[in-house]
Amino acid sequence: MTGFDAASAAVQAALDAGARYADARVMHRRYESMSARNGDIEELTQDESIGLGVRALVGSSWGFHAVPELSDAAARDAGRRAAAIATASARVPGPPIDLVPVEATVASWASGCEVDPLGVGLSDKGDLLVRATATMREHGADLAEGLYQIWDTAKWFVSSEGHRIDQRIRECGGGISATSIGDGETQRRSYPSYRGQYGTTGWELVTSLDLAAHAARIAEESRELLTAPECPSGETDLILGGEQLALQIHESVGHAIELDRILGWEAAFAGTSWLDLTRLGTLRYGSELMNVTIDPTIPGALGSFGFDDEGSPAVKRDAVREGRWVGVLAGRDSAAVAGLDYGGSVRADGWARLPMVRMTNVGLEPGPHTLDEIIEATDDGVLMDLNRSWSIDDKRLNFQFGCEVGWEVKKGRRGRMLRNPTYTGIGPVFWRSMDMLSSEIVPWGTPNCGKGQPGQTGHTGHPAAPARFRNVRVGVRA
Amino acid sequence: MSELDLAGRVVELVRRLAGPGTQAEVVVSRADLALTRFANSFIHQNVAESATTVRLRLHVDGRTAAGSGSLVDPDGLTALVERTLAATRLAPPDPAWPGLTPPAPVPAGAPVDEATAAASPDERAARVRAFVDAVEGLEAAGYCRTAHRAGAFANSAGHSAVGRSAEAAMDGIARAAGADGVARHCADRLGDLDGGALGARAAAKARAAADPVELPPGRYEVVLEPAAVADLLQNLAWYGFNGKRYAERQSFAEPGTAQFDPAVTLVDDPLHASGLPYDLEGTPRRALTLVEAGTTGAVAHDRRSGAEAGTGSTGHGMVGASTFGPLPRNLRLLPTGGPAEVAAGRLSAGVTGAVADPDTATLVAGMARGLLVSDFWYTRVLDPKQLVVTGLTRNGVWLVEDGVPTRAVRDFRFTESYPRAMGPGRVLGLGRAPVRQPDRMDGFWWEAPAMRLASWNFTGSASG
Repeated sequence: MTGFDAASAAVQAALDAGARYADARVMHRRYESMSARNGDIEELTQDESIGLGVRALVGSSWGFHAVPELSDAAARDAGRRAAAIATASARVPGPPIDLVPVEATVASWASGCEVDPLGVGLSDKGDLLVRATATMREHGADLAEGLYQIWDTAKWFVSSEGHRIDQRIRECGGGISATSIGDGETQRRSYPSYRGQYGTTGWELVTSLDLAAHAARIAEESRELLTAPECPSGETDLILGGEQLALQIHESVGHAIELDRILGWEAAFAGTSWLDLTRLGTLRYGSELMNVTIDPTIPGALGSFGFDDEGSPAVKRDAVREGRWVGVLAGRDSAAVAGLDYGGSVRADGWARLPMVRMTNVGLEPGPHTLDEIIEATDDGVLMDLNRSWSIDDKRLNFQFGCEVGWEVKKGRRGRMLRNPTYTGIGPVFWRSMDMLSSEIVPWGTPNCGKGQPGQTGHTGHPAAPARFRNVRVGVRA
Repeated sequence: MSELDLAGRVVELVRRLAGPGTQAEVVVSRADLALTRFANSFIHQNVAESATTVRLRLHVDGRTAAGSGSLVDPDGLTALVERTLAATRLAPPDPAWPGLTPPAPVPAGAPVDEATAAASPDERAARVRAFVDAVEGLEAAGYCRTAHRAGAFANSAGHSAVGRSAEAAMDGIARAAGADGVARHCADRLGDLDGGALGARAAAKARAAADPVELPPGRYEVVLEPAAVADLLQNLAWYGFNGKRYAERQSFAEPGTAQFDPAVTLVDDPLHASGLPYDLEGTPRRALTLVEAGTTGAVAHDRRSGAEAGTGSTGHGMVGASTFGPLPRNLRLLPTGGPAEVAAGRLSAGVTGAVADPDTATLVAGMARGLLVSDFWYTRVLDPKQLVVTGLTRNGVWLVEDGVPTRAVRDFRFTESYPRAMGPGRVLGLGRAPVRQPDRMDGFWWEAPAMRLASWNFTGSASG
């Protein structure tokens, strides 16, 4: 039975059981990861999972059921169960639900891939990690770690409105990190970020990172940090590197513009949003340098796809234009509730999970400066980069981030390395203080975005570049 | 076919395809998981899944690889064995392979409540209905979930084990004009979850949290309710009592040292509630005392970290352990003065509803000036060695003066070393009535009473 056949059977069974709308996703995912520690391979894992998830709308109530079988009988049973669950949902009913229209599409899409990452020899991939971690140990790291991950996902989507879409999305990436352990503290340096850089690409991405070439440097920097001066406490001008700014975007813009959060659908767990829909189009989110797009069409970025998991085609939209909030991440039902006319940002983490509003690629458009120009223009400040810790409140307002490394910036020059750099602030106040933004955009990939109950792990992309923020509180500690 | 038959079939397949010299371990897990989610006082997401996963780890000629698959027909199992075998042969050498678990008796787990294992969407929806009705006009949000797992383990050394588990949990908030109150509970039986009682508690807390005032940051004495204490336990488990982090010298744990207040006894106790009685490597699970009367005693190990430490496995093998480390995941902070007997405290003095149970009331009554904290949120580690954590309060904070909650307070951000906050002389009181708190994953839970601490470092208001 093909993926389309199984999905069609599930949808039909849900309709036969009383659903007024149904859709189903068959997904076949292969996953491979390898990690190394101190010059030895620590773990090699290869997982494969195939199954079907069907979603049914009965009246105004949803139900979802997933099974690991693709037989006609199993698919039909899943459809019937989804409808029965939806009927149970009606014991605690909500307002009427509509779905914003999406043209019924028959299509096929695949992400770009030059070198099939699952086709690269395991020994070659292992050698890469062994070599890099051994080099870090030789250069003083107490703990040298390396990791790569590969996902190869094929999916078949069918809806009761006539969608039949198949997609194949290959994602991979990797990175290394060096930890030095001192008296009562640890210091870490990573490349290119803690968990690495990821994209919807082939193995060429990992090759281009040239992990081994950076191993000695980050090991030495991790040792150097143990004796570096503490990041000072107080208010100062803050320059963020692109990797840290990507996470700042993820946490304080990406999650805040998720429409399900704005509508209160995540209130008990992930939280809500400080954004109020009545101010969509008028609210000043940040400075005029702030242009954020929702763009799942960026080739190679981790949040890219051809169609989301409701069959909406990938479309680039503005989220923030010249500092003004103008767009949200939405699904077909949440958009209808909010009176908007677009979804397009709904995805499911595998066949056993309900599709929900997720970030795609949410990131900045380039600014007019370079990092060197930003440093030259800064009389007194701190440059921080590479995330070490992140925390933000349930409305996505109050944040505190820790970075792996900081540097003093005095009179336009980068100075001493600083350890334990942290900064804290309030989202819109922080973004309004951005007065310089680099043009050096990198589409950073975040492969570990948690959301939903049961939990789902999302893969998101965040184009970002170094930027400067004025009068930020830094150096918070216990 | 039973889970044990399935596991045995895979071991036999390995023997046939790879020869008798191959070391193999197989874990079969069948899961029926369901979660009914509500927000804005209606059910908006309602999901169920049935899944079977077969995990296989092979060690051949000094090399190791692991794989998993969801297809359990003969072709699917053969494919799993063949690809894992191929990966093993190509994998780099694994000099630290700890070997297979030898045959050993495995205890029976706690009895499984069949009604919970077979719970219907209607039964979950009924509890949501009761929660929503009990908040009496406030907005309600949360979930009710049930989980049933049946599993088996077999390895080529002749060891095998079987087990089943059932668990139910409910977690909800009530929302009143921007203030939230929370109630959550995890149990072996869905029948023990009272949606109405949980809803009423959350609503009382939400109403008591209205009109909060902003207080200056600084160090405050605190009473942490069980939900907030659960966050401490979780972070202590992940970063402190984790055998891999301990071996890497990234943990604060120093066995034999009085690192905590004498009031603190921490036990990882997987057989205290329904759960599988063996770990991912087939090691029998048992209670492990991590801290006894303030003195650190042990950390958790799987076979690999246990071999490295020379202590052997403590039964904490789990998916991802080679990356994250073996973790305690059923951690109990033992109450003071024995179980069950709850001393009478002043209920609902001051702000009505802020104190929701006599156990917390007793601790609050002894505090001259401090804060009552319901819950923590988004806690992240700044430095693992000292376990310095930043995060925020959530779902209600109250100023306590002369033993009485006098005002609701706006949320704070804090930055605090967890072991230091629970260090010698710093635990001023523990409740007598522990509450089991659910984790994001079934099978993980954190059980603690309310706890009074001498000092907690609030570094800023959440509003700026």
